[in-house]
Amino acid sequence: MVKVSIDARQMHYTPLNQVIRQAVAAGATEIEIDHVMGQRFIADGLRGDVTITIHGVPGGDLGMFMSGPTCIVHGNCEHAPGNTMDAGKIIIHGSAGDAVAHSMRGGKIFVRDDIGYRGGIHMKQYLEKRPILVIGGSARAFLGEYMAGGLILILGRKTGRPAIDRGLGSGIHGGKIVIRGGLDEINLGVGATVSELPDSEMTEIIPLIREFSGYFGLEGEEFLNDRYLRITPASARPFASKYSWEV
Amino acid sequence: MSIGSVPLRYKITVDHDQCMLCGRCVESCPYGVFRIDREKIHVNSRVCVACHRCIAMCPRDAIDLTERPVDYRSHPLWTPQVRESIYNQARSGKILLSGMGNAMDYPVIFDRLVLDACQVTNPSIDPLREPMELRTYIGKKPSKLEFQKVNGDMVLKTSLSPNLMLETPIMIGHMSYGAISLNAQQSLARAVKEIGTYMGTGEGGLHESIYPYQDHMIVQVASGRFGVDINYLERGAAIEIKIGQGAKPGLGGHLPGEKICADVSSTRMIPEGSDAISPAPHHDIYSIEDLKQLVLSLKEAIEWKKPVFVKIAAVHNSAAIAAGIARSGADAVVIDGFRGGTGAAPRVFRDHVGIPIEAAIASVDAKLRSQGIRNEVSIIASGGIRESPDVAKIIALGADAVYIGTAALVAMGCRVCGTCYRGLCPWGIATQRPDLVARLDPDIASANVMNLIHAWTLELSELMGAAGINSIESLRGNRDRLRGYLLDEGIMRILDVKMVGA
Repeated sequence: MVKVSIDARQMHYTPLNQVIRQAVAAGATEIEIDHVMGQRFIADGLRGDVTITIHGVPGGDLGMFMSGPTCIVHGNCEHAPGNTMDAGKIIIHGSAGDAVAHSMRGGKIFVRDDIGYRGGIHMKQYLEKRPILVIGGSARAFLGEYMAGGLILILGRKTGRPAIDRGLGSGIHGGKIVIRGGLDEINLGVGATVSELPDSEMTEIIPLIREFSGYFGLEGEEFLNDRYLRITPASARPFASKYSWEV
Repeated sequence: MSIGSVPLRYKITVDHDQCMLCGRCVESCPYGVFRIDREKIHVNSRVCVACHRCIAMCPRDAIDLTERPVDYRSHPLWTPQVRESIYNQARSGKILLSGMGNAMDYPVIFDRLVLDACQVTNPSIDPLREPMELRTYIGKKPSKLEFQKVNGDMVLKTSLSPNLMLETPIMIGHMSYGAISLNAQQSLARAVKEIGTYMGTGEGGLHESIYPYQDHMIVQVASGRFGVDINYLERGAAIEIKIGQGAKPGLGGHLPGEKICADVSSTRMIPEGSDAISPAPHHDIYSIEDLKQLVLSLKEAIEWKKPVFVKIAAVHNSAAIAAGIARSGADAVVIDGFRGGTGAAPRVFRDHVGIPIEAAIASVDAKLRSQGIRNEVSIIASGGIRESPDVAKIIALGADAVYIGTAALVAMGCRVCGTCYRGLCPWGIATQRPDLVARLDPDIASANVMNLIHAWTLELSELMGAAGINSIESLRGNRDRLRGYLLDEGIMRILDVKMVGA
């Protein structure tokens, strides 16, 4: 195990990423970054088997296009962590802004607390790549909008009201959103349907709850006997009936 | 059925005296116009789309095609097309989809602009004898250069941004694998590599068989982010963020599930048969600041090694938007005019939304110059570039280079039938059906595209030489070499050109 420490105080994101890339190229498996204060694009496009621990608040697009590494954030995140992320993991000990996991294609994101608007928007899956977003708290409007694949699990840990806003799964045409507890139907987006999560699918959720709880030192068992709903597409072809050929 | 059937759009007739019953028309037509029965070719004109494949394949010139053989009562307002759109929507209640570019009879500004030539003074240049500089660099240019003296040598201190080097100011625009066939994309890719220019991937990812040409591919990042991962970004010669498209400004795109075959699904990285929906906006862009963030994130991902373009549709505020793009860190702005082609677009958008490329380029160039930031971005013009004079004129109006799309497809056989969205292109271009794709031979098609770009480049040199210009740089934004012929004063003010005789 090769460990590297970086002090990001007063550092622009480009040199910061250069130092990270150099460390990974030199074989670092653990990188600890202190004094992160709004630097964007940390681990942008980064490959490799490395765990990056971030102390502070990273700026937008943490782990964008990232393919492999794990980022552990001790703090909140700005918008779009995991944007178009390919593989790897982001674990956030706090909350995150809008468009978390935007267009994410693979890997996992765990957010201990809340996220902003448009979380998991247009996540998609292909073959073995299936992105997973787990939110401990609640999410604002348009969670899973245009979702084309993958899984969003939302626990509503503190409030018991995971999806507090409208447009949930609006335009969803693949993948699913799993919600602990209830749901006001009025919050369901266009093209989404809601049903009870069958036991057969609960088996997939349980390990995720355990993994989530493990990261944040929580007693996960408390969630295991709760009621879960699943939101899935009403149609895999939401726009199929909208158009007519000219001739 | 109260409306009844509308008249035939096209009528096919076979000259049975000429016909030798070879059956090539039957084989050629994927729409099922022809059948052979009892020693005679029978025709169902109703399904004809005027793709001309049968006509091109008939060895005896025995096939004839007439457009709109049945007259409606003529009326300047209630044209046959208007009436038939109403019949269609009265039956279906749906949005009408159409193909190719704008089909409305708007005046073409290009055709009301004429180029200059030298007479007596400032003699013209013969490109046969004199070198003509058509090489074009796309990307940021420094506003000034700083040098340092090191051991008596002058060393450049200014760090330069990456640029693309084009041997001719003609590139091929973004047509995705999915919208067009792999054979079509390979043909274009071989042509641009051979010529020393570039082409766009569209939002369809990069198929393995295109990897050998990746140094000439501009990889697109659009709102669906299909096929986008770090490998894709690193393979391209440049990256283009697609905000909008001239054929359907303000809309995203839907590639219907039936076109997502196994291979298309692999490059887009989505399951076979699922709809590929590119939403209208990028979900991480709601302002110029957000655009800047995407531009910078892409640069950061590829370690600032390649230029990043931003493409927008030509709309009312293009100039102000382009000024924002120039400040976003982007290296080039692509403006796609309202005549730009497409595989499928709602007809009302194709025909009614957006502005002509000529006006958009002139105003973008003027705006950037007035703000002193023209060097921050190159300007690429696309949408309705048909011939080399269009290239010369748009460069004189301020563009650095052009993207062609439809013209390159026509070079491969496309007849502009506008039925791309059916996925049955008999020329093997806008289809994924293996037997149809096999009709397009990349050896021949790439040579055709190469010939076209080569011929235009020669014509461009001749036009420049005649105007006494030996470098494309001297043509760029050189409005004095243009005159407006029967253009109104308002348009000429926007274009900043004088009228003929002035």
